[in-house]
Amino acid sequence: MKEHVYDTVYLRGKDFEEGNVLFETWDPNARYAWDTGVGMSRFLQELKAGRLVGAQCSGCCRVMVPPRMFCEHCFLPTDAFVPLQDTGTIVTFSLCYVTWDMIRIKEPQIPIVVAIDGASPGMGIMHLLGEIEPDAVKIGMRVQAVWKPAEERTASITDIAYFKPLEQGGSQ
Amino acid sequence: MSGNRVAVVGAGMTKFVRRAQETAKELAWEAASKALESCEMTLDDIDAVVIGTAPEAFDGVHMNSEYLSDGCGGWGKPVIRGYVGGGTGVFSPIQGWYHVASGLFDTVLVVAEEKMSSCQPHPQGAFLTIFDNFIERPLEPNLLWIFALEMNAYMNRYGLSKRDIATVSVKNKRNAADHPAALLGDPNITVEDVLNSEVLAWPVQRLDVSPVTDGAVALVMCAEHVARRVTDKPIWVEGVGWSLDSAYWTNRDLSYPTYVEEAARMAYDMAGITEPRKQIHIAEPYDPFDYKELHHLEGLLLFDKGEAPRAAADGVTQRDGDLPVCPSGGLLGVGNPIAAAGTMKVAEIFWQLRGEAGARQVPGKPKRGLAQAWGDLMQVGTVIILGA
Amino acid sequence: MSLLYRIQHPRDALVVEGSMPITSLYTVGIAGERFFREIMEQARLFATRCPECDVTYLPPRLYCERCFSQLDEWVEAPATGRVHTYTTVHIDLDGNPLPEPRTIAFVRIDDTDGGIVHYLGKVDPSEVYIGMGVEAVFKKKSERKGSITDIAYFRPV
Repeated sequence: MKEHVYDTVYLRGKDFEEGNVLFETWDPNARYAWDTGVGMSRFLQELKAGRLVGAQCSGCCRVMVPPRMFCEHCFLPTDAFVPLQDTGTIVTFSLCYVTWDMIRIKEPQIPIVVAIDGASPGMGIMHLLGEIEPDAVKIGMRVQAVWKPAEERTASITDIAYFKPLEQGGSQ
Repeated sequence: MSGNRVAVVGAGMTKFVRRAQETAKELAWEAASKALESCEMTLDDIDAVVIGTAPEAFDGVHMNSEYLSDGCGGWGKPVIRGYVGGGTGVFSPIQGWYHVASGLFDTVLVVAEEKMSSCQPHPQGAFLTIFDNFIERPLEPNLLWIFALEMNAYMNRYGLSKRDIATVSVKNKRNAADHPAALLGDPNITVEDVLNSEVLAWPVQRLDVSPVTDGAVALVMCAEHVARRVTDKPIWVEGVGWSLDSAYWTNRDLSYPTYVEEAARMAYDMAGITEPRKQIHIAEPYDPFDYKELHHLEGLLLFDKGEAPRAAADGVTQRDGDLPVCPSGGLLGVGNPIAAAGTMKVAEIFWQLRGEAGARQVPGKPKRGLAQAWGDLMQVGTVIILGA
Repeated sequence: MSLLYRIQHPRDALVVEGSMPITSLYTVGIAGERFFREIMEQARLFATRCPECDVTYLPPRLYCERCFSQLDEWVEAPATGRVHTYTTVHIDLDGNPLPEPRTIAFVRIDDTDGGIVHYLGKVDPSEVYIGMGVEAVFKKKSERKGSITDIAYFRPV
């Protein structure tokens, strides 16, 4: 099948730097303002108040987090916001040594998916883990939200600064 | 099988490269003209065109398929573009199939193109927007997180080690050494090389990941009466399937791709396949990361849950094994120009079933093969089954 | 809840701002490389011809969109043409008034089947008409960098 492969022209970084190839660049300067919508607005306002909430579906009775206006399984409107706890269980984690544009970082960030207590099993959100040595992180570990001081909260997911390991005897 | 019978009769592609000098539409033309040439057809013989390309932000061209259309052979013809994230490369041939199976067209040119080098400083800048704007992006995530999180969940569920998974990267990069279009073929790579490569987002290391790539791939698909006229080796589409889960990826079991199973069951039903492990002779599952090949082999029901790594370690998935997997070299070895990567897998099955894969040819005259792609927020599976 | 629940106060209708932090880098391509280098180095326009379809492409293309054959026949085109259509723009992208109106024309290049969208210069907007003969005014060689803006504007012949 070799004859069915076109001999495409391969460039190297220096071809751009040394002017061997002509090109144009363009910054799309695309700035967006996303409306948070009905379900998410309530979730974010509750975060500002230091609480986590989910939404419940009357069809399947799932308590969903993040909360949403409709249940994607039953395709019914959700019925109620349900208070959740600010504790949970690590479903999975990573130790990340690069930023999105591939700049190396020395101390790893620890993204986790945390299943939130009070929501249906397996219902998690993504966040970061702190106050722990990277080597000590385990799937199944119990964790708790560390909230920013009330005056610093802005109705954002970052109103939770991070999650930290739950101390022994913490609430289930 | 639903609808009229549809054959693949031609395939062509560009080299997969890190940075191409060609514009995106020139890349599309290189692949499309090679595909037409391969079956001695001309643009006049083509009724309609299907274009596959990922979000506009990669090429940096809005209305990207309209921009690409003349390079894809779409001048003055019915043209459609489909998009299901990384699943697009297999979905485009599925669209080509229903264009013909429906009876609407006799001949379709399917072209998938991606020029990721246009996206600076890194395509991750565009990938960032797949995360939820409200509860994920403020955490300043990067795309590696979701793969690392899924990989760790998979490893943890089945007690797998990095060594179990690294064999996939080694196999595919070695296979790719025999692919004339490959970007990262390496006949000498070892498991130790993978295990010693830079840790990016544990458990993901540098050599677990496919590269950012430019490239294009094209297929010619046609109705049976045309296929009989243009070739004595038509390769038939026996089944297609696709399925999407929701974008609430943190609400599901990350250790198993249910949506891939749903897509596979749809395709197996259409193809009348009841025992895929016996009836599928070669497979090209989507492998942007090494663990994904294993994850997908399980979702495709070709191995029990958690069993694909052992089969890989035992050599089952080598080119001369019982079920050759990614004989092309896959995304890990040939490269990963998103939409074009999936179509490259379909082209590989086409060449393998025709016995034209050269140094990559799997022994034993395989009669049926499967290609699969995957994408978005770990939520879409697309599957096509081809038979000689 | 959702059917009944309503946002009661504007402060609860939140907006999150963000961007897509990318810069697009476009190579001019195989045909474009020759086209723009001729402009940059020689102040000349070149087209590619498809003898089969009798079409002369300007800007030049690597392939014929009609018959899909590779185009190897390069022909020099005159730097002259006719105004196919035009508009006069009074505001910028953000809607603010321009200091001076700018006239933009689609110029059909003579002896080709193609053309270029560019600025018109050295002409009062009220005197522009469809069919007007124009020619390209190239920047000085030292200022040319292999871009469509190496042509400063088109002016009446």
